[in-house]
Amino acid sequence: MLDAAATPGAAPAAETPAGTPLVEVRGLKMHFPIHTGLLRRQTGAVKAVDGVDFTVMEGETLGLVGESGCGKSTTGRAVLRLYDITEGSIRIGGTEIGHMSQGALRKHRPTMQMVFQDPQASLNPRMNVSQIIREPLDEHTKLSSKEKDEKVLELMDAVGLNRAFARRFPHAFSGGQRQRIGIARALALSPKFIVCDEPIAALDVSIQAQVVNLLEDLQEQFGLTYLFISHDLSMVRHIATRVAVMYLGRIVELAPREALYAEPLHPYTQALLSAVPEPDPALARKVERVILKGDVPSPANPPKGCNFCTRCPQVMEVCHEIDPAPRHLPDGRQVACHLYDDTNKTAGETAAEPSRPTEHQQGVSP
Amino acid sequence: MPDGAQPVLDVRGLTVVFHTRAGSVHAVNDVSFTLQPGELLGVVGESGSGKSVTMMSLIGLLPSPPAITGPGEVHFGGRDLLQMPEPALRDVRGGEIGFVFQDPMTSLNPVFTVGMQIAEPLRRHMGLSKRAAADRAVELLELVGIPDARRRLGDYPHQFSGGMRQRVMIAIALACDPKVLIADEPTTALDVTIQAQILELMQELRERLGMAVIWITHDLGVIAGIADRVMVMYGGQVVEHAPVHELFSNPQHPYTQALLKTVPNVQGQRAKRLTVIEGQPPILLAPPAACSFRDRCPHAWELCHRALPQRYPMAGNHDAACFLCDPGLAPTRPAATSPEVQDA
Repeated sequence: MLDAAATPGAAPAAETPAGTPLVEVRGLKMHFPIHTGLLRRQTGAVKAVDGVDFTVMEGETLGLVGESGCGKSTTGRAVLRLYDITEGSIRIGGTEIGHMSQGALRKHRPTMQMVFQDPQASLNPRMNVSQIIREPLDEHTKLSSKEKDEKVLELMDAVGLNRAFARRFPHAFSGGQRQRIGIARALALSPKFIVCDEPIAALDVSIQAQVVNLLEDLQEQFGLTYLFISHDLSMVRHIATRVAVMYLGRIVELAPREALYAEPLHPYTQALLSAVPEPDPALARKVERVILKGDVPSPANPPKGCNFCTRCPQVMEVCHEIDPAPRHLPDGRQVACHLYDDTNKTAGETAAEPSRPTEHQQGVSP
Repeated sequence: MPDGAQPVLDVRGLTVVFHTRAGSVHAVNDVSFTLQPGELLGVVGESGSGKSVTMMSLIGLLPSPPAITGPGEVHFGGRDLLQMPEPALRDVRGGEIGFVFQDPMTSLNPVFTVGMQIAEPLRRHMGLSKRAAADRAVELLELVGIPDARRRLGDYPHQFSGGMRQRVMIAIALACDPKVLIADEPTTALDVTIQAQILELMQELRERLGMAVIWITHDLGVIAGIADRVMVMYGGQVVEHAPVHELFSNPQHPYTQALLKTVPNVQGQRAKRLTVIEGQPPILLAPPAACSFRDRCPHAWELCHRALPQRYPMAGNHDAACFLCDPGLAPTRPAATSPEVQDA
């Protein structure tokens, strides 16, 4: 249905079996320089993303969660090369784009698209819906005007917008509908990979569910792969296949959804999950909360050793000295914490104690 | 909480209309509620449901024009706040009724030190000297858990983090020992771990100071954790009101039922597909003549389109503005309506 606009670079998705990596990110670093003084000399850097590795499998949704300022949005933008990255490698569909020039990248843009957080700010108020959705087609395809019109209407159907609204401007739509326009624009070039950067954060609860359901439907229909960035842990649990938790520019834990929520391993994940208010008064008053003290340190001046050592309730001496490397556990989980070093095996087991019994095998497949 | 006790705040039939060039917006329609001493009343609703406007109108915080507050009555300490002249209202505001706003960055003045901003209500309402006000400000900052309080009095708001700024806002609101604290989405702009800190602080302060709190939020999870009673607002009206356990275990209004289902959990069963409330919230260009939820309601029948449901009281201090809850209407109701909200 939507394959007419596919560029030569975009092979039909969903053919490849699940389990093939579509996006591979290795050692991604994004440092923003700090210039001070009269001569604007560089005196430091905000290490927004500081060595991130992850893989997104074809057809899956990788959730990326963390608090504001942890670098999750920067990661999403860097993966699509909206920034010139400091270091690292990004492979999308086998092509290395980490250090490709922006000109060469243009050819690959149709395969990777983005849905932005604020639909108010990401839609041009002077363009009508049809023009907005059409713009990527104008830029990247050689379709005739008539074909483009037809395609725009198809896309509006796909995201549940009334065809009659094609000539209206963004201000005439509600937040949820604007987000649908943004999604239609992202779909225009039949991408394989979409980065959703907090697509529901600006919406009301009843509208959030509409947009999340739409994203799930589209994923099934077009075989899309999502990197779903959000601070809403309950929504990520709903939509994601696997979840990566970020803290201060690093991924501290990455695990299949059910395993992560049932038995979080990293102390930060444990605290984060326990801080989420449950919409159930009986449960909400019963749970033992891990309340973290203090605030997130500045990414311009991260602490020595483990990034989380300043707030960790289970901090050890080694944490102030050595930065923990990500450890790959046998069940497909990954955690960066000294509690899970081989030498501290026992400490690790006690650390995972407060959570519920291990049932993390059951929900690995979606 | 004491049920028969004299309420600290008694609001009856409150109405707020905004007169704008594009027409009149009936933001709050016939809202009534009481607040008992020492209790925490949660107010939930989506944006545009009128929850913030209701609370701001109580203490005359809405600019007029365009806002016209009234008719209605707001009884507080034996007086009707809506009839009170502005100078007298100023004594209540910030004195007996404290207010915490959503965004601590825009509600603190960036050009004054935090110390000055906390001392201001103390000097204005309690007539404290500069020195006494500064001492009290230190106490207040310590109360809300800001370390090294005396030194931080001289700091400006930008030198504090988001969570710390919200603590400062709470300190200002608590400065004059208010009987009622109105908190308008105080944790919405904060991260979950910081939100957990603030929620814990509020619970502790409530127990210690014994004030009554109105907590406005759109987050049902927050409400579940802290509220004693909950009021659900939709289209500028109270559609349901109940003690917190009752509301979550036995919601009666179709809007509340649907709202509870749209929210995914972090624990417990994971829904395969999220329940959706189809459609959009109402545009309030006219005072409601029929149920404002009718166009999105799976149970709506003919009566819902022509009459406005009143709040029908039920057992357990529970009421809901829905014809489904009117026992007298049960025989006339179409049989198809089931208490289950259909999955979209």
